Amino acid sequence: MAYRLKMRIWRGDKDGGALGDYDVEVSEGEVVLDAIHRVQATQAGDLAVRWNCKAGKCGSCSAEVNGKPRLMCMCRLSDFDEEETITVTPMRSFPVIRDLVTDVSFNYEKAKELPSFSPPPRDADNKRRMQQIDVERGQEFRKCIECFLCQNTCHVVRDHEENKKAFAGPRFFLRYAELDMHPLDTNDRRELAQDAAGLGMCNITKCCTEVCPEGIKITDNAIIPMKERVADKKFDPLVWLGNKIGVRNKDNEGRTEL
Amino acid sequence: MTSSTSASDRHPMTGNEMSGESAGGMERHQYDVVVIGAGGAGLRSAIAAHDAGAKVAIVCKSLLGKAHTVMAEGGIAASMGNVYPEDNWEVHFRDTMRGGKMLNNWRMAQLHAQEAPERVMELEDWGALFDRTDDGLISQRDFGGHKYARLAHVGDRTGLEMIRTLQQRAVQLGIDVFMECTITDVMLDKGAGDPKVSGAFGYWRETGRFILFEAPSVILATGGIGKSFKVTSNSWEYTGDGHALAMRAGASLINMEFVQFHPTGMVWPPSVKGLLVTESVRGDGGILRNSEGKRFMFDYIPEFFKAETADTIEEADRWYDDKTNNRRPPELLPRDEVARAINSEIKAGRGTPHGGIFLDIASRRTPEFIRKRLPSMYHQFKELADVDITAEPMEIGPTCHYVMGGVEVDADTQESGVTGLYAVGECSGGMHGSNRLGGNSLGDLLVFGKRAGEAATAYTNSLGASLPKVDEADVKAAQASALAPFEVEGGENPYTIQSDLQQSMNDLVGIIRTGAELEESLTEIEAFKERAKRMVVEGHRQYNPGWHLAIDLRNMLIVSECIAKAALARQESRGGHTRDDFPGPNAEWGTKNLVVNLNAAGTGVDLHEKPLPVMPDELKKYFETPAAPPPVEPVETKES
Ligand SMILES: Cc1cc2nc3c(=O)[nH]c(=O)nc-3n(C[C@H](O)[C@H](O)[C@H](O)COP(=O)(O)OP(=O)(O)OC[C@H]3O[C@@H](n4cnc5c(N)ncnc54)[C@H](O)[C@@H]3O)c2cc1C
Ligand code: SF4
Ligand code: SF4
Ligand code: FES
Repeated sequence: MAYRLKMRIWRGDKDGGALGDYDVEVSEGEVVLDAIHRVQATQAGDLAVRWNCKAGKCGSCSAEVNGKPRLMCMCRLSDFDEEETITVTPMRSFPVIRDLVTDVSFNYEKAKELPSFSPPPRDADNKRRMQQIDVERGQEFRKCIECFLCQNTCHVVRDHEENKKAFAGPRFFLRYAELDMHPLDTNDRRELAQDAAGLGMCNITKCCTEVCPEGIKITDNAIIPMKERVADKKFDPLVWLGNKIGVRNKDNEGRTEL
Repeated sequence: MTSSTSASDRHPMTGNEMSGESAGGMERHQYDVVVIGAGGAGLRSAIAAHDAGAKVAIVCKSLLGKAHTVMAEGGIAASMGNVYPEDNWEVHFRDTMRGGKMLNNWRMAQLHAQEAPERVMELEDWGALFDRTDDGLISQRDFGGHKYARLAHVGDRTGLEMIRTLQQRAVQLGIDVFMECTITDVMLDKGAGDPKVSGAFGYWRETGRFILFEAPSVILATGGIGKSFKVTSNSWEYTGDGHALAMRAGASLINMEFVQFHPTGMVWPPSVKGLLVTESVRGDGGILRNSEGKRFMFDYIPEFFKAETADTIEEADRWYDDKTNNRRPPELLPRDEVARAINSEIKAGRGTPHGGIFLDIASRRTPEFIRKRLPSMYHQFKELADVDITAEPMEIGPTCHYVMGGVEVDADTQESGVTGLYAVGECSGGMHGSNRLGGNSLGDLLVFGKRAGEAATAYTNSLGASLPKVDEADVKAAQASALAPFEVEGGENPYTIQSDLQQSMNDLVGIIRTGAELEESLTEIEAFKERAKRMVVEGHRQYNPGWHLAIDLRNMLIVSECIAKAALARQESRGGHTRDDFPGPNAEWGTKNLVVNLNAAGTGVDLHEKPLPVMPDELKKYFETPAAPPPVEPVETKES
């Protein structure tokens, strides 16, 4: 039932800040975001925090709870001991704007660098045909809610500001893989993923996969296959075999390299 | 720490683009079209305006991709006929009008039904990956009030697919986006002739710095008003900003008494009370039971839908596999009917331990089916309520979900009564009449987004060089008004006023209304308005949610007043408006809309009646004959 929760919340801005201590009443079934909201409504009206859906669907409320990258709205208080102090800090890989709100514009910049989907014309009856099984891989990646927790966690850029320029990050490797596996896309982005987006800098530690609230297998299902496709671009025995036995394989056929 | 991008033309702290004149602590930007809102409606309008050649800006309160549209679950209604070839726009039109209890703007319902299929196909052209039928087409699912399986979907996360697709398209086109930037006023040129839009004024949430857009066309795409109610599926953004901005600019709102309470919101735990449980649960076989285990919807089939609704459990259950010879289960009646039925069962003491009703799919479908079709519902209940929906029933109850009312617009162009001001999506009114069918919102955003973007561009182009001017005195006034809460001393916390307003609206203007309670609510709203004059916020202007709320609260108050006033005036029950003291629809009321305006003093709301636009005879015929014969064999099973 209701109890008093001890919280430490990082307060500050780009010039620095510190953890503030709060003592707030919480009750059964609540999540960390509820506690933050109660602090905001009753003790610190100007406490800055992002949120929208409160249901793990929009990816706004990313932060680090006791050092772990989490969505605050999906982080249940019942997972912690009632006596335990919960510490909430902003995502570490992005510059702080204020309190728990960080500048995630890095991600929006990276999104702009990515060549978009480019389909062939529709079928004669003005429709498009794709099989469920062929869209499912892409659908897994499109579950991404852009919480940027994976971007925050990846050690290539965490505490390595200098790498950000050359590294798009796991969220965008996912996007490259999604487009590469799209049954209708006509572009070949493999060189681009490898060079401009820095896929080569990833050493498949899987930390990104571990923090993904959508449970997307970023490393296994997107990054590794993408790396393989890049490596196999020159000679791909499967493509060769696929062509021989008449299985449609789009890897090298009919795609424009970008 | 530095941002990864070059610092020069970007905000030093936020990385936001800061190009443009910045004098007097305020930046200025010039655009042909400014779109306020980055949900489906805003993004689609901006894309259309861009394609028509306009220089366009999108402004939104949250980050790009986080608007409410992202939360939509079930699907986009469009009569593509992929599952039932006999589906077409006429049937969709008829369903929409009947769902809205004939109070819809017929022209909007017609355009929507006609154009939705092509708008969905465009999403696919831009990279959306919809679920497929067996022959590879976009799959379509059943939803309440739709005669045929018609909703294009991606599992139960269709909104995410839609917003991401539109967002990626807008980024690809290089459209300027001003994120975390709130518009507080529409600017008008009140010189010669009727007032014309000249721009929009607002502030950056991160810095509190003011920003002025000079533009002859402004498209409002700000979504709904649900945050004025305590139990709601809506987020903090839904404070009715577009509704209020339009009113203050001189436009009128229509149908504000019609608020949709979705029948199935979570009821437990308290912190997620109101969170949506998608209608797809029922579309995919879920049923409603009371605490006695009774499947009670059979007791609540209204006369209006008797002919097309199953009256036995056996027939209802057969329908999922054989739509030819069976009628729809009553669980799939339009939302207003189901929400009222649930409300009555709970009131009669047959509710669940947490004051809801059971929604059961566990006993009706296999765990694999449930996890495949309803992945985010599975996740939501597991994570937030410790309930495994493949093994036990959910507890649900009605939640404030959608507002049918909105800015009164021209059906073809979405232009409001104010020249240069357009409204599209949930903040516009008319399309859904007194009750919206599930899936018809996402279609609405696309169809009318495109139309608004094109019309706004055409209007801007028609002006040539004689652009309406921003009045600097208005800019000063807008600044002063935004900063007022910092000036007050010893006033009240906006969070307290907001929560009192939410409670009051829930109790007095909720799903079942009475004249006495509505009058009481209007008195309470007056009191809230007084309290709001003395609101005080702590801290400074940089990313200060207390200040943001203080500004939004004014919008919530005026919109709440519109709802209560219109609800008091409409002495009948229809769609999303139920009056305990006037049960049942009234033919006379069925011929008119209620229109509200800001009063001359700018302090309250005036209301008048307006006859419905007359439907041409060639459309009337769809409502005279009995329902068309039931469909023939589906071309494929729906479990694709
Ligand atoms: C949980 C849930 C599930 C739903 N499921 C479905 C479904 O399956 N099918 C269906 O058809 N409909 C569904 N709906 C309804 C539908 O999602 C919404 O009606 C629709 O997405 C609204 O879109 P919009 O573009 O009008 O507004 P939104 O997507 O809400 O966007 C509003 C935008 O306006 C911005 N904004 C608001 N005020 C300001 C301001 N003052 N200044 C600047 N920007 C501002 C916001 O930041 C935001 O970007 C659902 C709704 C909810 C809540
Ligand atoms: S797997 Fe690659 S992208 Fe993911 S965290 Fe490790 S290095 Fe980063
Ligand atoms: S891939 Fe997962 S962790 Fe990364 S942004 Fe998307 S949802 Fe978040
Ligand atoms: S608020 Fe949307 S993911 Fe947490």
